[in-house]
Amino acid sequence: MIRDPKDLQRYNASERANHWVVGISFILLALSGLAFFHPAFFPLTLLFGGPVWARILHPFIGVLMAVSFLGLFLRFRHLNKMTAADREWLGRAQEMVNGDDHDMPEQGKYNGGQKAMFWGSALCMLLLTVSGLLIWRAYFGFDITLVRLGAVVHAAVAAVMIALIMVHVYAAIWVKGTIRAMWYGTVTRAWAKQHHRAWYREVSGK
Amino acid sequence: MALQSLDIKQRSATTTPSTQARETVEIAKLIDVSACIGCKACTAACMEWNDIRGDVGNCVGVYDNPVDLSADAWTVMRFTETEQNGKLEWLIRKDGCLHCAEPACLKACPAPGAIIQYSNGIVDFHQENCIGCGYCVTACPFDVPRISEKDSKAYKCTMCSDRVAVNQAPACAKACPTGAIQFGAKEDMKDYADKRIADLQERGFDKAGLYDPQGVGGTHVMYVLHHADQPKLYANLPENPGISPMVSLWKGAAKPLATLALAGVALGSLFHYVTKGPNEVSKELEDEIEREDQEEGK
Repeated sequence: MIRDPKDLQRYNASERANHWVVGISFILLALSGLAFFHPAFFPLTLLFGGPVWARILHPFIGVLMAVSFLGLFLRFRHLNKMTAADREWLGRAQEMVNGDDHDMPEQGKYNGGQKAMFWGSALCMLLLTVSGLLIWRAYFGFDITLVRLGAVVHAAVAAVMIALIMVHVYAAIWVKGTIRAMWYGTVTRAWAKQHHRAWYREVSGK
Repeated sequence: MALQSLDIKQRSATTTPSTQARETVEIAKLIDVSACIGCKACTAACMEWNDIRGDVGNCVGVYDNPVDLSADAWTVMRFTETEQNGKLEWLIRKDGCLHCAEPACLKACPAPGAIIQYSNGIVDFHQENCIGCGYCVTACPFDVPRISEKDSKAYKCTMCSDRVAVNQAPACAKACPTGAIQFGAKEDMKDYADKRIADLQERGFDKAGLYDPQGVGGTHVMYVLHHADQPKLYANLPENPGISPMVSLWKGAAKPLATLALAGVALGSLFHYVTKGPNEVSKELEDEIEREDQEEGK
């Protein structure tokens, strides 16, 4: 039973499924990757059937994430073009973080922070894919300097990506009424009006 | 606990100290390139003792066979023809792991206990802990470790740690017919090298010297070279080997810094929620939309 048929559709089923394929592969990659990065995380390899399996699986999951991320990128690219209003929003993000968001500039489907997250993770994903291929010894044998560069870039960018996704997940938890958009696709009209007023007007015609 | 003669000094991917209390003698293998005749008895002895049998392979037109180090060939002879001071010289270098005092492979290895350094200086791979990632290959300044095609584990010279543990010289040193491979305490090997170098200098090799590169903290396999000023002559023996800055960054500062940064983001988020509270949809807006609905419903 739908609680309110007037709820707004934010994501369709295929977008949600795509997002979760990316999300699940990201979680698996972060857990297995951290295990190879610092010994403190090494026990995480047990989640993958042991350290050798973690080493074997990690790059294949990486390919899955790269392909599914490309899907998300192509779907949402046109909605993430930075505008003057976005830049203003970003300049005043501190007010938002402090919980004082009542006179932030009006935002479309995505605000400046979300757009920055989109481009930031896209760049990270590109760097991770390229550097990951460079260090995938089971199938590739690149020049040693490239492999060393790949190793350091892969580790550094992965740390940035994990931090970005932590912020992404936290933002969804912090802003109440958001997570349901990724579970079953809808948000309430009040949510839309408060956080994405321009988008609300566009879809509701008000 | 390992054998006392094989106390572990350093262990890969381990952040607490390994056994430090007992001090064993630092050992070294000294390869006197000027006394090597290229007979490959050392290569054969290595395969014999360590039970490794590579493919016979093909002649590639030079004496090098096996052509390169592999999971089945932990030491190979590298032959170089060069002209020095108007004379042809045939340089023969026994290549293999140099057992660095500061091993880049061990620093890079993510698997706890897959690479260990004994207090006598030997750097050993424990294949049962190896996960086959190849980080040791990425890090090694001498391009020594090899990943086996059979089991995806990394292999290299062990300095016959099993023999050394019971006071035997490595198989290669035992087999060498000319005394080009000497084995003993590192200090004794340096003394022996000094004599060899003095002898070579007397015979006109002014630049004869010891190869014990300090960029990796010194090595436990050292070479006496007739042209110590040009190690590159000897099949590209690196001139100033060291751990690549990229590897140092990757497996040095980046590890604790990134770990702390990630912990900071996670805790920062938690405390943001606890101190600022959630960002909820305002009651006012909800009521407003409800009113609109009622008006439309009329």
